[in-house]
Amino acid sequence: MTQHHRQAQPPQGERLSAGVQLMLRALQHLPPYRWTQARLARWGVRGRTAVVALPYLWLLLFFLIPFVIVLKISFSATQLSMPPYQPLLQWTGEKLTSLRLNINPGNYLYLWQDSLYGRAFVNSIQVAAVSTLITLLIGYPLAYAIARSSTKWRGVLMMMVILPFWTSFLLRVYAWIGILKNNGLLNNFLIWAGVIDEPVVMLQTNFAVYMGIVYSYLPFMVMPLYANLEKMDLTLLEAAKDLGCRPMRAFFNITLPLSMPGVVAGCMLVFIPAVGEFVIPSLLGPPDSLMIGKVLWTEFFNNRDWPVASAVAIALLIFLVVPIVYFQRAQARTAQAGQA
Amino acid sequence: MASSVLESAAIRQPWNDPRAEPYIRIERVTKCFGEFVAVNDVSLNIYRTELFCLLGGSGCGKTTLLRMLAGFEEPSSGKIFIDGIDMSGIPPYERPVNMMFQSYALFPHMTVEQNVGFGLKMEGKAKSEIADRVANMLKLVSMGEFSKRKPHQLSGGQRQRVALARALIKQPKLLLLDEPLGALDKKLRERTQFELVNLQEKLGVTFVVVTHDQEEAMTLASRIGVMDQGRIVQVGTPKEIYEFPISKFVAEFIGSVNLFEGRLIADEPDHVRIACPELDRPVFVAHGISSAPQAKLWVAIRPEKIQLSLKRPAGDENWTRGIVKEIAYLGDLSVFLILLDSGKTLRVTRPNMWRHDDENITWEQEVYLHWHDTSPVVVSA
Repeated sequence: MTQHHRQAQPPQGERLSAGVQLMLRALQHLPPYRWTQARLARWGVRGRTAVVALPYLWLLLFFLIPFVIVLKISFSATQLSMPPYQPLLQWTGEKLTSLRLNINPGNYLYLWQDSLYGRAFVNSIQVAAVSTLITLLIGYPLAYAIARSSTKWRGVLMMMVILPFWTSFLLRVYAWIGILKNNGLLNNFLIWAGVIDEPVVMLQTNFAVYMGIVYSYLPFMVMPLYANLEKMDLTLLEAAKDLGCRPMRAFFNITLPLSMPGVVAGCMLVFIPAVGEFVIPSLLGPPDSLMIGKVLWTEFFNNRDWPVASAVAIALLIFLVVPIVYFQRAQARTAQAGQA
Repeated sequence: MASSVLESAAIRQPWNDPRAEPYIRIERVTKCFGEFVAVNDVSLNIYRTELFCLLGGSGCGKTTLLRMLAGFEEPSSGKIFIDGIDMSGIPPYERPVNMMFQSYALFPHMTVEQNVGFGLKMEGKAKSEIADRVANMLKLVSMGEFSKRKPHQLSGGQRQRVALARALIKQPKLLLLDEPLGALDKKLRERTQFELVNLQEKLGVTFVVVTHDQEEAMTLASRIGVMDQGRIVQVGTPKEIYEFPISKFVAEFIGSVNLFEGRLIADEPDHVRIACPELDRPVFVAHGISSAPQAKLWVAIRPEKIQLSLKRPAGDENWTRGIVKEIAYLGDLSVFLILLDSGKTLRVTRPNMWRHDDENITWEQEVYLHWHDTSPVVVSA
């Protein structure tokens, strides 16, 4: 009786795949397709290899090459020119016959020596960590409630979580200015309700930064948590109850440990972009707030010091690789456990 | 001497002993899900150390009844008593009952040891006591060497044992089993069936098993309750259910059966005679029945109770004639499908007692079918 909803409904899928197959077959007779196929076959590339190569090509073009360029800039010295850094390899000598390698590790040394960068790093991580924790504390009950609501409501509720994405991110952050400013919605409401007598300064404080980050990244926390909690086998909770476990304890003994992959995924999705967040602290935060994203912006556009800006970016990236690797290992572990 | 025999019979069959106090009393329980009536006015007594099987097709309400015993569902009306205590409003974690789930519901993030010890940990038992009892329990189900494994590293049979150990560790007086052998292959299932019965006898726990598999119910159960559309249609020992089904549904659900519609032409206290349009001679049944004369009846005859022969039987009752249409040789027995003149096809099984069949009955041959006058059962529609 409990298995009614598990029954698959293949007919529509079959019809769809039949349509796709028909299209593919038609495509195979088009000259460009056959020409490409013949060409690739001559080079020993089969269709399967081509399909696998596509995401790799994407990563190469849009991740690895830009990364190498930034890495290269981070090791060069500044100069007043266009572009504002010395090339790494330079032809020197009277007839430009000898090749000189200009490696300048000074940018990284500079990051280490000037305490501004260290403080900005620590501050960014602190802000990101606190906002991630708040997002988790709000997002978990939210995801839990949606996952346990009736099937009829789940889609609607999830839609409401995702709905803000339909508006521009920048616009939504600007809207928070209107809410938080001294004569803004929130202050006016609190004065009207008689909670406060005069406006509380909320804009351009750390509170506003947390507010903005938590608000903007909440869906990224809710989505992986929902996906995890929704597929949880509820008979496990019944089994726990049957063995003498009260509902609250069952949550901490069963639900929470089983949802850890979702918690890790959600936290990574919030923490990583929040560390480098630039828009929210510069629009809502205090003017003197030290966030690594803001420092990066200043170095790049105000100081036109591309090498130091690149070094900041690379250092940030290396710092964030650690949690990403941890996240992926957690994912792999879940995948393994899920094979049962 | 005679009284001691009676005494032991009463222990083995507490349901026939008027002095026995039922361990579980289900009193007029109904459960509705919206408009759908899953369990319809069920009353049932189950006695201590019984192995009771609830048997029925999917959607017959057997699992809902089991879940009400476990406390996962509350009856819409009626009451359940376990050991004399009214269970209304008592949550599952406060009931003296444990359950083995159909999917086993092992906690995937815990080792075998932690899974089995979970119930004791919830009781707040000392670590050393938990370790001892878990080790003993795992030994009992011969899973000792797998204690550090996670559920996904176990085979289906091993998981079933862990689930059983986990459900038994709190030494419940009542164990509920939801399709306990459903996920096992045939060979393993046969072996586990007997192990389960042995374990139940050894521990003296009352088992209530839900199954849709009549063979499983027959092997396991001390008594079977056959369910259909939310009602219990018959309760009895496996033999009673098989040999004396009370309705057409029960006769068809348990084993295979040949059914003939008919009406009474002679109704005496010690025998009846029934005319069936599909048979060319009346059926003589050597026991009385409790049915109004002329009422529409069904005569049920099990395939193994019909004998085939090439010679015309004596007498003018309890035999007919037909043509062999199909023979299925199954090794231990053969199944014959025989077409009667009336167009009805009969199923007859015959044990292959000898390697060479002297009669050598073959396809399209005309054969006589006859049965003993104690073989037919008269059932209601």
